[in-house]
Amino acid sequence: MTETPLIGAAPTFSTGSRADAAQGLSGARIGVITFPGTLDDRDAARAVRIAGGTAVALWHADPELAGVDAVIIPGGFSYGDYLRAGALSRFAPLMERIIQAANARTATARLPVLGICNGFQILTESHLLPGSMIKNDHLKFACLDAKLRVENNATAWTTDYLPGQEITVPLKNQDGQYIADEKTLDALEAEGLVTFRYVGGNPNGSRREIAGISNAAGNIVGLMPHPEHAVESGYGPDAASGRSAGTDGLGFFTSILNTLVGGTK
Amino acid sequence: MSQPIPVANPAVNQHPDTPKFNIDTVEHATGTPDTELPWAELGLKDNEYRRVVEILGRRPTAAELAMYSVMWSEHCSYKSSKNHLRQFGDKVTDEMKEHLLVGIGENAGVVDIGDGWAVTFKVESHNHPSFVEPYQGAATGVGGIVRDIISMGARPVAVMDPLRFGAIDHPDTARLVHGIVSGIGGYGNSLGLPNIGGEVVFDSVYQGNPLVNALAVGVLRHEDIRLANASGVGNRVVLFGARTGGDGIGGASVLASESFDAGKPSKRPAVQVGDPFVEKVLIECCLELFKASVVEGIQDLGAAGISCATSELASNGDGGMHVELTKVLLRDPTLTPGEILMSESQERMMAVVTPENVGAFEAILDKWAVEYSWLGEVTDTGRLIIEWDGETIVDVDPRTVAHDGPVYDRPFHRPEWLDGIQADGFSGSIQDAARPEGAPALRAAVLELMASPNMCSKDWITSQYDRYVQGNTALAMPDDAGVIRVDEETGLGVALSTDANGRYSYLDPYEGARLALAEAYRNVATSGAKPLAVTDCLNFGSPEDPEVMWQFAESVRGLSDACRELGVPVTGGNVSLYNQTGGVPVHPTPVVGVLGVFDDVARRTPSGWVEDGQAIYLLGTTADELDGSEWANLRGHLGGRPPKADLDRERRLAEILINASRDGMVDSAHDLSEGGLAAALVESALRFNVGARVGLDEVCARDGIDAFTLLFSESQARAVVAVPRSEEIRFTDMCTARAFPAIRIGVVDADAVSLDIQRHFTVPLDELRGAHEGTLPAYFG
Amino acid sequence: MPRIVVDVMPKPEILDPQGKAIVGALPRLGFTSFSGVRQGKRFELTVDGEVTAEILEQARRAGTTLLSNPVIEDVVNVELLAD
Repeated sequence: MTETPLIGAAPTFSTGSRADAAQGLSGARIGVITFPGTLDDRDAARAVRIAGGTAVALWHADPELAGVDAVIIPGGFSYGDYLRAGALSRFAPLMERIIQAANARTATARLPVLGICNGFQILTESHLLPGSMIKNDHLKFACLDAKLRVENNATAWTTDYLPGQEITVPLKNQDGQYIADEKTLDALEAEGLVTFRYVGGNPNGSRREIAGISNAAGNIVGLMPHPEHAVESGYGPDAASGRSAGTDGLGFFTSILNTLVGGTK
Repeated sequence: MSQPIPVANPAVNQHPDTPKFNIDTVEHATGTPDTELPWAELGLKDNEYRRVVEILGRRPTAAELAMYSVMWSEHCSYKSSKNHLRQFGDKVTDEMKEHLLVGIGENAGVVDIGDGWAVTFKVESHNHPSFVEPYQGAATGVGGIVRDIISMGARPVAVMDPLRFGAIDHPDTARLVHGIVSGIGGYGNSLGLPNIGGEVVFDSVYQGNPLVNALAVGVLRHEDIRLANASGVGNRVVLFGARTGGDGIGGASVLASESFDAGKPSKRPAVQVGDPFVEKVLIECCLELFKASVVEGIQDLGAAGISCATSELASNGDGGMHVELTKVLLRDPTLTPGEILMSESQERMMAVVTPENVGAFEAILDKWAVEYSWLGEVTDTGRLIIEWDGETIVDVDPRTVAHDGPVYDRPFHRPEWLDGIQADGFSGSIQDAARPEGAPALRAAVLELMASPNMCSKDWITSQYDRYVQGNTALAMPDDAGVIRVDEETGLGVALSTDANGRYSYLDPYEGARLALAEAYRNVATSGAKPLAVTDCLNFGSPEDPEVMWQFAESVRGLSDACRELGVPVTGGNVSLYNQTGGVPVHPTPVVGVLGVFDDVARRTPSGWVEDGQAIYLLGTTADELDGSEWANLRGHLGGRPPKADLDRERRLAEILINASRDGMVDSAHDLSEGGLAAALVESALRFNVGARVGLDEVCARDGIDAFTLLFSESQARAVVAVPRSEEIRFTDMCTARAFPAIRIGVVDADAVSLDIQRHFTVPLDELRGAHEGTLPAYFG
Repeated sequence: MPRIVVDVMPKPEILDPQGKAIVGALPRLGFTSFSGVRQGKRFELTVDGEVTAEILEQARRAGTTLLSNPVIEDVVNVELLAD
């Protein structure tokens, strides 16, 4: 299913490996969509580049997907999070195309989509993923380094992680409490679609410590924490390898590149 | 008989059919010289109003009165402070100007950091609005300073917030803390700006006057610098961003109340509401405008709104501008011309565009769905002409509005009470009677200090701010300085720190201002950056009180002297006066922000120990300097003289810290300031939960002090550093060569998870953490 | 159990960023008849037992002291919810 990971699980990233990572993968084009109020678009594009891919800037009002191989809906406060987080962005012209492409009938045609934070909220508002996010149980914006367990590495965006691997990536939001009705939660669990779970404490009251989920096909993943903020030593969370040295998020971006090169998820 | 004030026209662009009222035109004003105008209600003094009449050679129109009254206010004209602020310019040497691309006077100063990169930064106050409505006041404070940065042509890359509240246990403090912190977070987080530092101080002197200062920093290429001037006759003037509402014109309500049907008094908002979404869109939209080179000059709209923007743009450019005010897009169609001119509605910008670029300009604004309206054009007449539906309501020399406001040489004198205060040192005072002696007492004192409101962990606050966004944050709170990468290729970057100590300044305002600069400078150097430039936010009581005015004059003199001694120029800032309640002013609080530069932020020095076995050195010497200290504050004492600022020593300490960072000689560093050595040791240990064994005897013997004094004194020009074993000789040789006192006081002990002050006491880190981190949650939930 | 509804709206003269963003989005979905949106809050206060005039008055006071920020919001309606 997977290529040999160019940068393995729990990668220690150095500038030296950047050129290696780029070998043969720079052809993969990962779209990063910007809405009015999007904040982490440049960060997501940087993460794609560091992983060795080519980031393509997409504008919410674009009519077409510009032939990208996958799409990242980055974090931020699109439309100010007004009404509900993600509620207004969900109706952008490009989102209509993404919804179609992500739901394509044949597995090979399905567009891989990663929604981070506000992107996850947009995916739930779009009904590409079930459930919703409400205000954190402590009612405050919280910026912290979250520890996650990879519950499912069989998605387009998680192949470079080991099942059960624990990773640390920043979490920063106001409306990060994942909720869904019990039936939906049970179904997610039964089908193995809970992709990430918070470990060592629930930072926002999310049901069943859910930090991220995927659809059954595994091409769509949404999560509240920000892997794109843990891709570069010196600017990431504190890690065993050093202060601000955490690069645990890089696996998302190498995973999708490998998935695309492999031709399947 | 004087005539009634002419009423304004509520008929505006959205409602072309509304019947017109009489407008106070220039022609009308000329013909009705005896009409009484509400100049006093608008805050003008008798002599100031007479000066306006003298300038115009007639009475002002209602609209002109509105403009002069807001532009000649203390807030906009700096009329009480100007005479003193000149020292910041006068004391700048050519050497200090070396890195200065834009100095004081523009929206913000711009500093050259090399490789064609420049940085612009500025700190401002939003104190009073934050007391009235904490969330919106603090939020719009962030918004305002960020627009200053955008209007220089820069991309904003970080914010910082120095905050001062009343007593932590006062019933009103929780309201302010919750509102102000969530307002800063709500706005700054939504803009995608990492919040990388600031200060939080609790002191009852700020009870009715919290200080909410906001600093923003932006990055640009040298060629991208934009200035606020309207040049090029025939160029078009455009207003864009949010619509204009009745925000911030409380003082101008006299203009409103006269203007409408008797039965329907106009309602004007008591507070301004910020819209961070619109501001974020404005940032990206402006950056795209700059990139496309379609604006000639640009100015953000802050205090005094269109009055300020039009008069400043015109007087800084070709000298004239012609504007049709009915073209302003309004949120509230009942606004009078005077109110439109004074409105402080947020998230607005004014730009000057050549006729050829109008199409390109409109295309970019349309892309971002930002509203705009073309108001008029640049002229060379030397007059700012504002029309209302074709009739002239303002005809002034814009310089007289923007730059020729009154300047006061306010009387000042040294308070008589100061001698008594200064004579009342802490050592030997009643409050010092039970000075901790012996191991249990010292141990308890350290825990008490680190749990106190000013020394406790501020994580409850800073965790509500996004420090990761943009992916360039190399250091943030609780480190000594915030560090941001500017150039991803080379690692070129900047460090920033803000500091002030109101208690020091109360005891000696001249020395207090120097100490504020010394600490911010030291913090930046501790991170490893070379200090380059300064911004300041001077928070004081009423300038009409000669004692407050003396505090202000002494602070400016002290800060400007210190800037020259350290070779770092002030590039811009803000003065906030009248911070007082019931005749009691706040402590003089000159908040000083220092900007430093790194060739490569990868070599920054974090605070906090990590590596087992590294040697801990204390740099500098300690004297019995407990007056004004946090310890004295805990004992309810404020008297004596603040610690002595030795700027030559600060400079040498900075050189050591910068060299050590560049050459990899230190692994962590933390400056000593409030809370002295005790605070520095505890914070260094708690940062990564790594303990140490520390001995005090050698330093006590050298400096002739006891252990308590060594732990709690706030002597300046000190730092603790952790040095890898392999670097110890090189590091100590460097200190020796520079004749800088350095003593090895201990060793990092990663296994111990405790702080062991040998021959005195040991505290487990868990216990320290419980004390240090429990305070704010206990008060604020 | 009876419930009292308290409706809170931003004051008319105060900027309502949310309403502004929503009114901008409506036409994109074909809802072109609306020129303005203002977003408020609705509170439902449950009462154990009968709602007296005194309790309604309490709800009104709760509305102006806690449920709304009188600096920027108005309580526009307090009523007993019909079952």
